[in-house]
Amino acid sequence: MKMKNKIKSVQSFQGLILTLQNYWASQGCVILQPFDTEVGAGTLHPATVLRSLGKKPWNVAYVQPSRRPADGRYGENPNRLQHYYQFQVIMKPNPVNFQELYLGSLAAIGIDMDLHDIRFVEDDWENPTVGAWGLGWEVWCDGMEVSQYTYFQQVGGIELDIVSGELTYGLERLAMYVQGVDNVYDLVFTEENKSNGTPEVLYGDIFHQNEVQQSAYNFEYADTYKILEKFKFAEEECMALLELDIALPLPAYEHALKASHLFNLLDARGVVSPTQRQEYIKRVRDLTKACANSYVNKENNIKEKAWKN
Amino acid sequence: MAELFIEIFSEEIPARMQLKAGENFSKLMVSGLKKEGLLCEKIIYHTGPRRLIFKADIPLKSPNLSEEKKGPRVNAPEKAIEGFLRSAGLNSLSDACIKVDEKKGDYYYTKTEKKGLNSDQIVSEVLVSVMNNFPWPKSMKSGTSGFRWVRPLRGIICLVDGKLIDCTVDNIKAGRMTEGHRMHGKGPFTVKNFSDYCHKLENEGHVMISHQDRKNKIHNDAKNICEENGLELIDDISLIDEVSGLVEWPNVLLGHMDPLFLELPSEVIKLSMRTHQKYFAVRDPSTGSLSPHFIVVSNQTAPDGGAEIAKGNAKVLSARLSDAKFFQKEDMKFDLEENYSKLNSIVFHKKLGSIRDKSERVAVLAALMAPYLDADPELVKKAARLAKCDLVTNMVIEFTSLQGQIGAMYYAAEGGNKNIIKAIEDQYKPQGPSDNVPSNSVAIAVALADKIDTLLCFWGIQEKPTGSKDPFALRRAALGVVRIILENKIKLNISNILEMAVTSRVIAKPCLPELDVSVIDSLLSFIIERFKIYLRDNDMRQDLINAVLKRGVDDLLSATNRVESLQAFLSTEEGTNLLSVCKRSGNILKAEEKKAELPSGDIDTLTHKRAKELLDALIQARKSIVLEMGNESYSMAMTALSKLRKPIDLFFDEVKVNDENPDIRANNLRLLIMLRDTALEIADFDAITG
Repeated sequence: MKMKNKIKSVQSFQGLILTLQNYWASQGCVILQPFDTEVGAGTLHPATVLRSLGKKPWNVAYVQPSRRPADGRYGENPNRLQHYYQFQVIMKPNPVNFQELYLGSLAAIGIDMDLHDIRFVEDDWENPTVGAWGLGWEVWCDGMEVSQYTYFQQVGGIELDIVSGELTYGLERLAMYVQGVDNVYDLVFTEENKSNGTPEVLYGDIFHQNEVQQSAYNFEYADTYKILEKFKFAEEECMALLELDIALPLPAYEHALKASHLFNLLDARGVVSPTQRQEYIKRVRDLTKACANSYVNKENNIKEKAWKN
Repeated sequence: MAELFIEIFSEEIPARMQLKAGENFSKLMVSGLKKEGLLCEKIIYHTGPRRLIFKADIPLKSPNLSEEKKGPRVNAPEKAIEGFLRSAGLNSLSDACIKVDEKKGDYYYTKTEKKGLNSDQIVSEVLVSVMNNFPWPKSMKSGTSGFRWVRPLRGIICLVDGKLIDCTVDNIKAGRMTEGHRMHGKGPFTVKNFSDYCHKLENEGHVMISHQDRKNKIHNDAKNICEENGLELIDDISLIDEVSGLVEWPNVLLGHMDPLFLELPSEVIKLSMRTHQKYFAVRDPSTGSLSPHFIVVSNQTAPDGGAEIAKGNAKVLSARLSDAKFFQKEDMKFDLEENYSKLNSIVFHKKLGSIRDKSERVAVLAALMAPYLDADPELVKKAARLAKCDLVTNMVIEFTSLQGQIGAMYYAAEGGNKNIIKAIEDQYKPQGPSDNVPSNSVAIAVALADKIDTLLCFWGIQEKPTGSKDPFALRRAALGVVRIILENKIKLNISNILEMAVTSRVIAKPCLPELDVSVIDSLLSFIIERFKIYLRDNDMRQDLINAVLKRGVDDLLSATNRVESLQAFLSTEEGTNLLSVCKRSGNILKAEEKKAELPSGDIDTLTHKRAKELLDALIQARKSIVLEMGNESYSMAMTALSKLRKPIDLFFDEVKVNDENPDIRANNLRLLIMLRDTALEIADFDAITG
């Protein structure tokens, strides 16, 4: 009989999410819901990319499903997924004790820091598709990377005057660590509820088929010709929205995100040569930069109007 | 003297930057204080993951400075005196002093006294300026402040003899408060002075202050733990330095890994441990091979003795090695050769096609060179086509630095030819001046062809190295060519090799456009330049290198032998004497050349006995020199040349070169020209300086 690890309820997958949400809510963060367009990482949510621009303070935490089509493994790899969850925190400006707040969140999810070795190891973060970079660390717990910790310096090609502190927790990896599980599909997503008899639900119960089918789509059936057309459409639409007399950077940015995801799909299908790759990345970056500029302009205009009134 | 003590406390400083930062901080403080007249003594500085520490003894005040300013003579015109008063800021002449000078006349001067400043004020200003201009390799802003530091600044202690200095950087006011270790420390505490700080930080704060102490502890503990377990630590100096910058309170633990992972190549295991996880590898002293253990350094002592930490780390390592095993399994589903067509997908350079195109050219070129290297052309061709096939394997994509080694390992597992395995493994050699060169003939052909092709390709698209920029490492490639040829004693002219390379561009499909001759000439001289530098680095004299290479060079091996023989010859008495007569003769020719054109044509009649003797000796010497040079017996050729010494000396002693009779003069000059040409068979003696 297979021995099961006993877990505390805070350590179930949803327990982690709930705990982190509560913790960051108590630090004054807005708890947002995931963005409804496919993105490659939690950073791409407009609540991070756009809200980190300009001078307005902003504190937010949210879960973001993230898609990396090329990482699909048909549900056969124990820790690689084409769809996974990131928990994202932005505090702008970063509070002086952001590191301590972060360590507090680890304590909240039940990591005993007397027993475990937490380390901040240099890691400079860069995302070329959104023209962003920052300095920070990967945070190690007993040698395992449990979070990415970054002080944003530039976003959308714009140098920031107010620096945001960003935390990204890879939820599956973190959950595997706290539950002591080697295979992502064995993670306890939801515990059995003994009082009303609802059963335990595993990560695999929810997502295994999704990985199998989406991998097949990403690698075999995605219609590259039509995706390319969609990419071009998204690109044109984005630019058109920015060129309006009264520009619309928010919907424009959604189209930039769509273009980014469509490029990732093309890449997974293996139809992008390395040289083309650089070109596509540049095209997406140009879109996000244009969105960022427009967003900042708009924000300044709104402020000016408010001033006049 | 007073004790100056500074601690700059910040969030975690990248390990690779700490030592340099500590040194820079100390240097900049010392030089900044010196500029203001405060000389530091007994300087101590330390660095750690979260702090820069500086301590020095300084004077309490900067010294008083008195300055004398010289003015005009007392009898100078009024205008001059007015000007002097203005520039010295004096109201009237009565404020100025007069210096008596009997020789030049008395003159005015002023004396100004600059009072020394309180060190407190100087320290504060210097510290602010050092911190505002600190040379971090990468720095950042945080919060709403525009101040840049490596990571957010959290605190400053600045004390002179225990007294708090008034000083503010980035809205942080210097105080006497600091913190110890994150987990073991008992929160913030205040310090009185440097020794109080050291004592409290080590004992209550649980922070080892000195990098060197942490390093020693890690090294000793690691060695001891290994010994206790019958194992042996594999030393890694730069990793120890890095790890010592990651921990404030090092605690060394032995971790275990599944012995099944030892099936992986040891390089893969070591690289996984080192680059990803910062672990030290451990070997079994009885076999000398890796043992299924590793050393991990944690930043704290845990109540369970570190059992959980070691277990957690072992799990991470095992996930990484499982990935590697998975990659290996996936990679080995195909023969290495099957990857060849996939090389189309890797761009070598956008103007130069794919890696597969490159491999084709290298295969053709290596096969063309093979006969000169005693290598089998078919084997060479196959090796060149297999050489880059590991670039598309999962293993090399993950562990890029193992390119070549992975391919060789896979091909060995397929039971491939030993020469080809060696060629795949050694193709990138030599990687630097201290790296070995390939010595197997198949490996030589592939390594040489690869580098020559790279050079010619980039020369063809005008991507030559300039100044400090050499993004395609072309200097290294050219030096590699030189070293492979010389260290394997290969007799193959560089220009012949380049010709073959040009041919291979045309034969290999897709062919690259033919190159202009000037491109090939320019590459040739680039390689020769590298060759000269190589000779110089191997203690050959610059002037001798130039003297030998003046006639142009192709055959690097024989040119090297010539320089070596010449240098040996000139260190003998015979050599120095010969050099002086050759120079004398050369100087006469140069002088005459300035007056009128030197006589051409053959020597017709010689009347003087010594002239006749010299001619006979020259004919004799030239014959042997040409013969010996042809046999590449350079020292014999030089001995033959040195036999001319006596007849030349006699000639110069008894014959007047510039005879009144123009026929005799012309023939004398022809003799000297003949001497020069004879010597030129060996080297241009005029170019020798010493």
